[in-house]
Amino acid sequence: MDFDLSEEQRLLKDSVDGLLKASYDFESRKKYRAEQGGYSKTIWGKFAEQGLLGLPFSEDDGGFGAGPIETMIVMEALGRNLVIEPYLDTVVLGGGFLRRASAEQRAAHLPGIIDGSKTFAFAQVERDSRYDLGDIKTTAKKSGAGYTLSGEKFVVGHGDTADTLIVTARSAGGQRDAKGAGVFLVPADAKGVDIRGYETQDGSRAADIKFDNVEVGADAVIGDAENGLAIVEQVVDDGRIALCAEAVGAMEEALKVSVEYIKERKQFGVAIGSFQALQHRAADMFTALETARSMSFLASMASSFTDLAERAKTVAAAKVQIGRSARFVGQSGVQLHGGVGVTMEYRIGHYFKRLTMIEQQFGDADFHLRRVAAAGGITE
Amino acid sequence: MDLSFSKEEVAFREEVRTFFRENLDPVVRKKLQEGHHTSKEDLVNWQRTLNKKGWAVPHWPTEYGGTGWSAAKQYIFLEELQKTPAPPPLPFGVNMVGPVIYTFGNEQQKKHFLPRIANMDDWWCQGFSEPGSGSDLASLKTTAKKKGDTWIVNGQKTWTTLAQHADWIFCLCRTDPDAKKQSGISFILIDMKSKGITVRPIQTIDGGVEVNEVFFDDVVVPAENIVGEENKGWDYAKFLLGNERVNIARVGMSKERIRRIKELASIVMAGDKPLIEDPQFRQKLAATEIDLKALELTQMRVVAAEGKHGKGKPDPASSILKIKGSEIQQTLTELMLEVTGPFALPFQPEGDGQNEEGDWASPIAPTYFNYRKVSIYGGSNEIQRNIIAKAVLGL
Repeated sequence: MDFDLSEEQRLLKDSVDGLLKASYDFESRKKYRAEQGGYSKTIWGKFAEQGLLGLPFSEDDGGFGAGPIETMIVMEALGRNLVIEPYLDTVVLGGGFLRRASAEQRAAHLPGIIDGSKTFAFAQVERDSRYDLGDIKTTAKKSGAGYTLSGEKFVVGHGDTADTLIVTARSAGGQRDAKGAGVFLVPADAKGVDIRGYETQDGSRAADIKFDNVEVGADAVIGDAENGLAIVEQVVDDGRIALCAEAVGAMEEALKVSVEYIKERKQFGVAIGSFQALQHRAADMFTALETARSMSFLASMASSFTDLAERAKTVAAAKVQIGRSARFVGQSGVQLHGGVGVTMEYRIGHYFKRLTMIEQQFGDADFHLRRVAAAGGITE
Repeated sequence: MDLSFSKEEVAFREEVRTFFRENLDPVVRKKLQEGHHTSKEDLVNWQRTLNKKGWAVPHWPTEYGGTGWSAAKQYIFLEELQKTPAPPPLPFGVNMVGPVIYTFGNEQQKKHFLPRIANMDDWWCQGFSEPGSGSDLASLKTTAKKKGDTWIVNGQKTWTTLAQHADWIFCLCRTDPDAKKQSGISFILIDMKSKGITVRPIQTIDGGVEVNEVFFDDVVVPAENIVGEENKGWDYAKFLLGNERVNIARVGMSKERIRRIKELASIVMAGDKPLIEDPQFRQKLAATEIDLKALELTQMRVVAAEGKHGKGKPDPASSILKIKGSEIQQTLTELMLEVTGPFALPFQPEGDGQNEEGDWASPIAPTYFNYRKVSIYGGSNEIQRNIIAKAVLGL
């Protein structure tokens, strides 16, 4: 039992923190948002230089063979700084699929991720699917050696800048059948792909994407075209684990700026942080943050569980805790700031918005609570 | 970073679990599982069983009978004890006055009291709170005045848990009335058989009597019964209260409660299905299980930090353990109450714990009522929030 970072992990943390401290203050972030594509290619290039984009891939694939704790360290730092570059979409999700893909697919795609030249987006959400990963109307019809994809996907993170889309589509079965779901690599510029990009509430970007008889080859299929759901579930759990860590980073900073603010802000001739009503709210934020951090640790550990049901249940439990903590910390941070908390000028509102959107991704607290309850709870 | 227990720790868990199961009287175990009160004899017998095994006071220094276990092993020991469930050690001796005596007491006090605490030859109670001194403990008024080679003690203590069984009480008494609040207090050990002590029971809303008022009327106490230096008692009290947080989270006990709730909710019918299959009930229980998991991990973080960086000052973050631990314990009594349904209503005075089959419901509402105490005692949850705000957040 040891919760301390190893020497190497500490170095990684210091280097990510150092990079972001030097180049990702609040004003810079505004500029990055205004750039073509909605994020900074320069920052992305620096991530590549520091090896962050190759972190979770094996050394044979040209990566660094790092584990889930390293990803957690990076995601926490991204959360603290409200980073909008497509790390989750490209490295965690895109990379998550590719790590489970064939040697040929890894060789074709990983070098581009690792050197920062290519980005990925995961096209999964449909109009009626909500959080059900197996609820898929998009079809993948067998055509010659390959497949023809048709359907619509929504809120695809960084879908308007990605080079390659990873698309869930149904090669067999009905809309909600577990069997018949497949995962397909689709070049964003393939014929029949229609992408409509937009800004998201939290300053990042997403896209709605139509697939109209898009032809892909047999080499586009990750795993088995009729039994892809298990991979999707695992990779989405990777994404949830990463979001938990990102939320912890964002909550940590939200608490920090709020405590700083109430120490400075004076009313009735004294700092408002001297009032017990505000102190207790801040103390409850600290409790919410630390319990969330504990569950984020557990989720990252669960990443290497071999029992997949146990892995899924643990991640679901973590997402419940993170969802509840994030909501409380976000709302309370705004409340402690008073009026300025609801202005664009202050950082707290941006943390609040990111924390809120994390809750809406890959299942909210209620969704995951139902899963944990259905699995009989998590007390051994 | 590694959240798993080592092979040795896993084996240790098995060892203590087996010992507890094999050596605890099944009748006592059943009482605890069903939420009935245990008797004085139950506790004393169990403490002596542990003492024979050398496990009476694991966290004490080895020279006074401690085991020298790592922080992780101490944690495992307590968790298994609570999960069995076995009677929790009476905290007033082993967790409170014992450490004060071996840290600040003289040789004579150590030699006399420590082995008797480990074997529960003496039942200790705590004389801190007074009617006018709750959260503001340092405002206490009970006085001890020097007279020859004795102290004359006058005043009143309250919330004195299980004083009706006690042989000794450790008291905070004002020994310098002119000094500033905190600096005129001494830590004095008083024989409960002394003339002038009156114990008056306080009945709590569950109908039980576990707390008392203790009155001191010209009680004569030998001068040598003071611990450490005169007027330094507040320092010792702070040390004692810091130690109290070690086990405040009660994770093992809450796990055992969850097991019990699931067991009962599988029997109790709600419509044509057992209550446990009601999605709403199940989700409430699952939500509490998640809270408990987060608490357990947080406790492990505190334990691991202590194991690694040494026991210094108590970690102010451990106030989280008190807040969340008490909230979870209370929620579980609430869920248990829901399981009981209308059968929560009949009031049955607590018998000998040997209640007949089917009487599982009778202790449940009383426990729910009684457990409102856990967010009040040991530094109320509001005081814990003050500690976090000041010591952690710097407000």
